[in-house]
Amino acid sequence: MSEVLVLIDHVDGAVRKPTYELLAIAKRLGEPSAVFIGGADKAAEVAEKVKAYGAEKVYVVDDAQIKGYLVAPKAEVLQQLAEKAQSSGGVAAILIPSSGEGKEIGARLSIKLESGLITDAVDVSAEGVVTQSVFAGNFTLTGKVTKGTPIITVKPNSAAPEEGAGAGTVEEFTATISDAAKKAQIVAAQPRQATGRPELTEAAIVVSGGRGTGGNFEPVEGLADALGAAVGASRAAVDSGWKPHTFQVGQTGKTVSPQLYVANGISGAIQHRAGMQTSKTIVAVNKDEEAPIFELVDFGVVGDLHTVLPAATEEINKRKG
Amino acid sequence: MNIVVCVKYVPDATADRQFESDNTVDRVGVDGLLSELDEYAVEQALQLKEKAGDDTEVTALCIGPEKAVDAVRKALQMGVDKGVHVSDEAIAGSDYAATSLVLAKAIEKIGQPDVVMCGMASTDASGGVVPAMLAERLGLPQVTLAAVVETQGDQVRIKRDGDTATEVIGGQMPLVLSVTDQSGEARYPSFKGIMAAKKKPLETWSLSDIGVDAGQVGLDAAWTAVDDTTARPPRTAGEIVKDEDGSGATALVEFLASKKFI
Ligand SMILES: Cc1cc2nc3c(=O)[nH]c(=O)nc-3n(C[C@H](O)[C@H](O)[C@H](O)COP(=O)(O)OP(=O)(O)OC[C@H]3O[C@@H](n4cnc5c(N)ncnc54)[C@H](O)[C@@H]3O)c2cc1C
Ligand SMILES: Nc1ncnc2c1ncn2[C@@H]1O[C@H](COP(=O)(O)O)[C@@H](O)[C@H]1O
Repeated sequence: MSEVLVLIDHVDGAVRKPTYELLAIAKRLGEPSAVFIGGADKAAEVAEKVKAYGAEKVYVVDDAQIKGYLVAPKAEVLQQLAEKAQSSGGVAAILIPSSGEGKEIGARLSIKLESGLITDAVDVSAEGVVTQSVFAGNFTLTGKVTKGTPIITVKPNSAAPEEGAGAGTVEEFTATISDAAKKAQIVAAQPRQATGRPELTEAAIVVSGGRGTGGNFEPVEGLADALGAAVGASRAAVDSGWKPHTFQVGQTGKTVSPQLYVANGISGAIQHRAGMQTSKTIVAVNKDEEAPIFELVDFGVVGDLHTVLPAATEEINKRKG
Repeated sequence: MNIVVCVKYVPDATADRQFESDNTVDRVGVDGLLSELDEYAVEQALQLKEKAGDDTEVTALCIGPEKAVDAVRKALQMGVDKGVHVSDEAIAGSDYAATSLVLAKAIEKIGQPDVVMCGMASTDASGGVVPAMLAERLGLPQVTLAAVVETQGDQVRIKRDGDTATEVIGGQMPLVLSVTDQSGEARYPSFKGIMAAKKKPLETWSLSDIGVDAGQVGLDAAWTAVDDTTARPPRTAGEIVKDEDGSGATALVEFLASKKFI
């Protein structure tokens, strides 16, 4: 069976959940080969993790020479790996997390390999049919890569991780990185401060606040914590400086697709919908019954979030005992 | 300095966007405009020019159907120096790969750029991949998704919200730069700007002008195929209750419990 290359999404060796989702999809298409580009000292630990979710092979590429350089070196690594694997058993597809960096790696790789790229997949079938959600979630597209090795970037929450060990054979790989690929560099980085809440794009429940909070996010955060949810925000709330941009849900923020999305004091502009419309269940609290967000909801409360949310939070906490 | 800013003509996001029967985006039936996210790119290009001095030339480049020239016009009104519109029947239905090829070839004809400025993503396809493809084709580094752009001579530094960290990224011109909607409000065309734009050079090029073979672009040459486009079924009307003396909170909790979220 052909290999499916899966780029491991990690922070200093801590594997992120989308990696396991990609492995689950990879199993449908062929034999998952996880690709770890990172510190050699973390390789064994990472290999154990991805093995548990079905990786048959784990390519370890020590990043000592390329750490801190953006996108281009990783695209060269994947190109060389794909060419090597192509000459042994063939490559059925290359799966990359649909993050900002992931999409750009895919873009460069696509030109290098003269292979088609599909971004922001929400599903990939065993036949390689890719599903995307476009126009602010108003349309569902299905399509296929028709040239070369399919390169697909996949959104978080597009598949359930599947436990089940693969062979997990570790193979070290040394790539040759061009000087041209080392021309854009991270000069400084400040890791995101841990909020103690789930990651926005990975959370099963997201509770968001908009301009209607008036800058007081306490009711939103209270409900989020009672539900074990991540906190999100509209652009109006971000532009007002109430929450950092990393909280923003929408076209120019994060796309979320949780089991439950609760929009509070958010009108439901098309650009906001673009980031949340594919949520399974949508709930809104808004004091304006004409707010467009109510067109989307499974359940809505016309009321003031400053009274509805604290009361609901109290009731939930009481039920939880 | 030579700056090329890539601007896309897109269907209005607030209108009723549709697909054609061949599954390409309907670019004619729906009113179009310069992609809002590319206005930020135009703004940053103009700020680079203002900082660098008057011998800097900013060219707005757009690939798209006849009507797409409106996007170039808007950029001229905002203050760019000249416009190039690449338009050719054969381009219709092009995917990212072909679009980036045409952009790259047009940029080569415009002349060696110091900065190729792009938006973070187009508001229709919203892939955010053309800047990286363009960088690959032009053999340039890419410094993308900037919330803040700073330059000193040919050194470029940007700040951005990376996937897992807030980052400062450095690069040296020539490079491809893309900016987000956090980079600062785009200016409105002034009356003077609108008048001046009428006299600015605006060229229309065909594929043969830039040395691209018609067989390399368009729907048939695409590296990906869209097989089906389906409008998402409208969400079935949900239950909406009015809060009266705390009834809203109780009903909300009941709903969440019924769906097993509590
Ligand atoms: C290119 C572009 C990209 C954009 N990207 C994004 C994006 O990524 N994400 C995004 O969110 N927006 C984005 N926007 C902005 C978007 O168009 C809207 O302006 C924004 O979503 C509005 O935020 P809001 O709903 O919080 O504010 P508003 O539209 O002002 O709505 C506030 C709502 O709160 C309600 N309210 C007020 N007080 C209360 C109260 N006490 N209790 C309950 N309800 C109350 C009001 O009835 C109203 O419905 C983008 C716009 C553009 C042009
Ligand atoms: N047809 C086009 N004409 C000019 N610029 C484009 C075109 N398509 C994409 N771009 C540029 O590439 C950026 C990202 O586009 P995309 O990858 O389609 O999301 C846009 O913000 C533009 O700057």
